[in-house]
Amino acid sequence: MFEYMGDRLSNAIKNIRGMGRITEENINDAMREIRMALLEADVNYEVVKEFVSNVKEKALGMEVGKNLKPDELFIKLVKDELISLLGTDVSELEMKKNPTILMLVGLQGSGKTTTAGKLANFLRKKHAKKPLLVACDIYRPAAIEQLKEIGNSLNIPVFEEGKKNPIDIITDALEEAKNEKNDYIIIDTAGRLHIDEELMQELKDISEFVKPDEILLVIDAMMGQDAIHVITGFHEALHLTGCILTKLDGNTKGGVALSVRHLTHVPIKFVGDSEKLDGLSPFYPERMAERILDMGDIMGIAERVEDIMSEDMAKDQARKMMSGKYDLEDFLTNLKQIKKLGPLENILKMLPQARKMGLNQIEIDPKQMAHIEAIILSMTPYERRHPEILKATRKERIAKGSGRSVEEVNRLLKQFEEMKKMMKMMKNGNMKMPF
Amino acid sequence: MGFFDKLKKMVSKKETVPSENNLEIYEKGLEKTREEFVSKLSLLGVKYTKVSEEYFEELEQILIMADIGIHTVMEFLDRLRARVKKENITDTKYLNEVIVDELFIIYVNNESLSDKIHEASEGPTVILMVGVNGVGKTTTIAKLAHKYILEGKKVMMIAADTFRAGAVAQLEEWANKTNSLFYGKENTDPSGVIYDGLEEAKKSGVDYVFIDTAGRLQNKVNLMKELEKMNKVIGKIIPDAPHETLLVIDATTGQNGILQAKAFQEITNITGIVLTKLDGTAKGGIVLAIKESVGIPVKFIGLGEKMEDLQTFDIESYIYGLFKEMMEHE
Repeated sequence: MFEYMGDRLSNAIKNIRGMGRITEENINDAMREIRMALLEADVNYEVVKEFVSNVKEKALGMEVGKNLKPDELFIKLVKDELISLLGTDVSELEMKKNPTILMLVGLQGSGKTTTAGKLANFLRKKHAKKPLLVACDIYRPAAIEQLKEIGNSLNIPVFEEGKKNPIDIITDALEEAKNEKNDYIIIDTAGRLHIDEELMQELKDISEFVKPDEILLVIDAMMGQDAIHVITGFHEALHLTGCILTKLDGNTKGGVALSVRHLTHVPIKFVGDSEKLDGLSPFYPERMAERILDMGDIMGIAERVEDIMSEDMAKDQARKMMSGKYDLEDFLTNLKQIKKLGPLENILKMLPQARKMGLNQIEIDPKQMAHIEAIILSMTPYERRHPEILKATRKERIAKGSGRSVEEVNRLLKQFEEMKKMMKMMKNGNMKMPF
Repeated sequence: MGFFDKLKKMVSKKETVPSENNLEIYEKGLEKTREEFVSKLSLLGVKYTKVSEEYFEELEQILIMADIGIHTVMEFLDRLRARVKKENITDTKYLNEVIVDELFIIYVNNESLSDKIHEASEGPTVILMVGVNGVGKTTTIAKLAHKYILEGKKVMMIAADTFRAGAVAQLEEWANKTNSLFYGKENTDPSGVIYDGLEEAKKSGVDYVFIDTAGRLQNKVNLMKELEKMNKVIGKIIPDAPHETLLVIDATTGQNGILQAKAFQEITNITGIVLTKLDGTAKGGIVLAIKESVGIPVKFIGLGEKMEDLQTFDIESYIYGLFKEMMEHE
């Protein structure tokens, strides 16, 4: 039911295509589907109501021109309206002060501690900052331990003093930061309910004392209609400077993003999109709009690919592919890069039209990729460059070395040969795309 | 009007409920939830004394805001409209009763529901906890363990969340606090930990074993496969186990909750839901949609941070907790 929302919406919009102009009658179905899509995505009810009436009003006033068909105009209108609700530009993190102090707040289980680690990693990697993590979750068992483990794995320092008063901990942490020349301080706080007066007061006290440059609400993307109470509760108490939307690597639409932005005007600064500690990306309104309406996220893929693969390397690879000199050694390099992109099915799902090609249902077992890698790794570098020399005894050795069967080795070699053939065909112009 | 009448009797104390104490915790725990939900419903009855299209529109809003789920709400409203027509209802005061009744019907759906935990006929009863990240699996285990220990049972916790930083330490701390036995190792294969832990449990003659697993988003194939493997290992050591596989769902969850229930159900035969964090403003209405579309009942609900705030789910007390004022207003 949920998965097909995008199709029902596009069918409803298709019906507008043949119309000479946009009337209340011919957009009725489409408006209903948009409303359902937004409500299914857990967008706040009030926001949906306002959105639908805005779009309707604007659509009726639209002139159908020579170049644009009414359905195209309509889609553009819906998308533009969504983007304007989500905020039109990317909101950067405050970074100028030295030290910059940032505080993470939110409900229990929204992902504050993990996000603290991701943020520290992001600031060091992309902005050459020297962050210090401060453990102020003095309530949840082992929360301090968790942050320490994350800090350890990233090799980023974590300041903790056990279960002392958070203000005392922070005072000492600031001193430490001065000595160690840390220019960015990230404070992890305990999760709490927005209606828990005592604990909300604790946050207010910390905020008044430390005067953080950023107070970020960490919020679960799977949240339903209650999100508005949570967001306004935290915002009224603390004057949030931004939000971080977590767990977007799930299959939730994340309609909560719309509610946050529209009802409080607090910008969304980042999204958490994998369990790994580099799984934090800036928030792009356009991509979010496309996700909510189920339109794919091609930009997201492009950017991640760029991040992982340098342009020179990509050109080099492409040249090799075209000339037929692409060998298993190159394939291994590419395989490793693909792995860095995250689960392959997520990448496939982001492609527009993924559903039409059935790509959204594909389940790829990461083990299979690991098997392929193991087989190639069991070859000598010479064998990888000249797979044609592989005969029975060598294949047997490779099979043993990788713990796979000779049949699997054969299958891989055959598939690789077919892939090379396709690449040559592409070069000769017989085929545009391999898929 | 069977159910509604019964509730009214509960309020007027003509009929005593199974546990007075239990009802009090429900009342208090659902206080914030109720303030939001019921005051809106009562206001609706004041605003519209006669049933009209506007009335239905606002009712739709209230139900959607409770996260009951758009499809469940649409079908619910269709049924309500049909009853209004058939029974010729014009007074909205009377309709309140029908609403409570119909909500109850969605959940119960002619089944005899059991909130009982399925116990092992001999040896330890194994309870596996699953769910997405951050819903409160570990804390729920602590609360359940506390409950059984008060009943004089011997409890063991097995830490099979070997992925998240600090997870093993967190469970161990709870084991110490609740006087439960503990088995766990960091950075190993979760199925291996379960294997050794269950062997240990058999030897030490415990009554209940709780297995804590790592949070996993339901669309991650490899993590779901890992869960499948854990399940097999459990069954190998103790036939018929796990006796219960509880899916923990955060009350603030929106419609992704339905997808969670479906995906976990495919892998592990979920026997019940634990609805956590109901002490906030969230209504947890998604459990109605889950019950309707996937058929999994709620077994426990979390109404606060204290150990005794985890309660056996009782649909009557839950709906009573939600509608108390509305019925007193009559």
